[in-house]
Amino acid sequence: MATDHELRLRERLARLRNLNLLGGARVSGELEKLQRQLERIQAAPTDEEIWRSVELARHQDRPYTLDYVNRLFDDWVELHGDRGRADDHALVIGLGRFNGRTVAVVGNQKGRDIKERTDRNFGMAYPEGYRKAMRLMELADLHKFPLVSLIDIPGAYPGVAAEQHGQGGQIARSQALMSRLQVPIVCCVIGEGGSGGAIATAVADRVLMQEHAIYTVISPEGCAAILWRDAAQAKKAAAAFKPDALHCLELGVIDGIVPEPEGGAHTNPDEAARLLGESLRESLEELESIAPEDLKRRRRAKFRSLGVYA
Amino acid sequence: MTSRIDVSIEHRNVPEPPGKHPNTCPSCSSHYRDDELEAALWVCPHCGHHFTMRARARIASLADEGTFVEEAADLRSEDPLDFFDLRPYTERLAEAEMKTGLGEAMLIGQGIIDGNPAELAVMDFAFMGGSMGSVVGEKFSRACDSAAQRGVPLVSVTASGGARMQEGILSLMQLPKTVCAVEDLHDTGQPMISVMSHPTTAGVLASFASLGDVIVAEPGALLAFTGPRVVQQTTREKLPDDFGLAEQNLRFGHIDAIVPRPELKAYVAQLLRLFSRSGD
Repeated sequence: MATDHELRLRERLARLRNLNLLGGARVSGELEKLQRQLERIQAAPTDEEIWRSVELARHQDRPYTLDYVNRLFDDWVELHGDRGRADDHALVIGLGRFNGRTVAVVGNQKGRDIKERTDRNFGMAYPEGYRKAMRLMELADLHKFPLVSLIDIPGAYPGVAAEQHGQGGQIARSQALMSRLQVPIVCCVIGEGGSGGAIATAVADRVLMQEHAIYTVISPEGCAAILWRDAAQAKKAAAAFKPDALHCLELGVIDGIVPEPEGGAHTNPDEAARLLGESLRESLEELESIAPEDLKRRRRAKFRSLGVYA
Repeated sequence: MTSRIDVSIEHRNVPEPPGKHPNTCPSCSSHYRDDELEAALWVCPHCGHHFTMRARARIASLADEGTFVEEAADLRSEDPLDFFDLRPYTERLAEAEMKTGLGEAMLIGQGIIDGNPAELAVMDFAFMGGSMGSVVGEKFSRACDSAAQRGVPLVSVTASGGARMQEGILSLMQLPKTVCAVEDLHDTGQPMISVMSHPTTAGVLASFASLGDVIVAEPGALLAFTGPRVVQQTTREKLPDDFGLAEQNLRFGHIDAIVPRPELKAYVAQLLRLFSRSGD
């Protein structure tokens, strides 16, 4: 199992090496990072370890977007509203200084206590939330601010009003807008990367994932309810669809894994923020040397290459 | 702990399969022979209910006779996760191919619609609920490229429960993949006409289907990110009678028109003429 897993990572390394033609000198940095990650990995995660990531990703003390924002960005100003009809609190947007440059930040936000959880709708955005995000993206593009997107959402909200306000269409348009931006975009899944609600703000030049985050097409419970006809089989479902960072890296869905403090990000939020900040800085520096038109072209080429078929 | 709320992107959005014979109209219970329904474009002659239409029949109803040339017909799904639920994914795939005679849930190719050259990308709900995995994403992506290369518009007809769970996160990645493909097509100046048939839900609604320059739906089609059953279960809200249907979507401004199937070809052709540079 371990060797099989290693082989696939090596394959990805080899593919990256071939990319030299396109990527020039910058690819070698990526290569080294993957190499380091390969070395860290001795074996594929077991089913138990995958489930542990699911639990850690949803841990009630896990740092959320604003916990990282407060630690990483100076002069932070939160912006509000979609300029249409609402200010969706499940998603925060704003501007801040990061290593000497202004960045635009969008992130899903869950709540800590009952009151805040309700106010933030358990982190589940309405279409208004995606319009709010798009408004920030346009602002970033206009003023040439790099965009940082933090993902932590169980899923886009499934409700009557959400449907009436066009949940599906807004998620599609948010992705389309991201594919048009001519500024660097770095995204990191910091907890739950739940399906369409997550991908709406995850069409980035660099997609990162924290070590214990999960990235899923459907929640383990939802998958179990459909395929096993029993939501209690969530553990089995998670093991089958492998939502952990390592498998995502292997499939080419993410570009790198951000390490967490021993025991998970919630055990030491300061250290978790430092590690995240380092990865964001590295990614941004790499991307800032690429011409804007190339950024867009490569971003689209990257997403268009995803998939496995014969 | 917060209570977990499932947000599925796949099969649950789709209505229960009717227990009746597939040729029995679910809305007025009239029963027809295959050839009767075929002649009526799978629209109930009695009450106008639109049955789901198979991809090849759809193409025959839209493209001028003998003009359709299929592309990328040999693409097949792999099983990147060795996915096994109650049965292996590979077995489900083989069964779907046997049952439908199709290699995947989407057919793409060149065709001429009432004299207007176009690229067609048509989904088939009978193949694993029209779910979108790597092959559907790749085929749609190639359809965009083919349209761009030939300088013709793309006409997509969707019928899908959403992303294909059995391909895990890779199926979610087909959302941005198809979105980027549409954007690349748009950059060449070509339009996309999106025809949403029943059902167009979840991952397909939340990606390329919603990016049509013009979006047309069939009467009564369910067009929802989350289907009525899941919304009901998770929110306990009282659902409006036309929840998620084409009619509601038109009222709320998400689609341009509802066009009955017998008029669809003429409607699409009219749009293609309007978008063509020469205007003829």
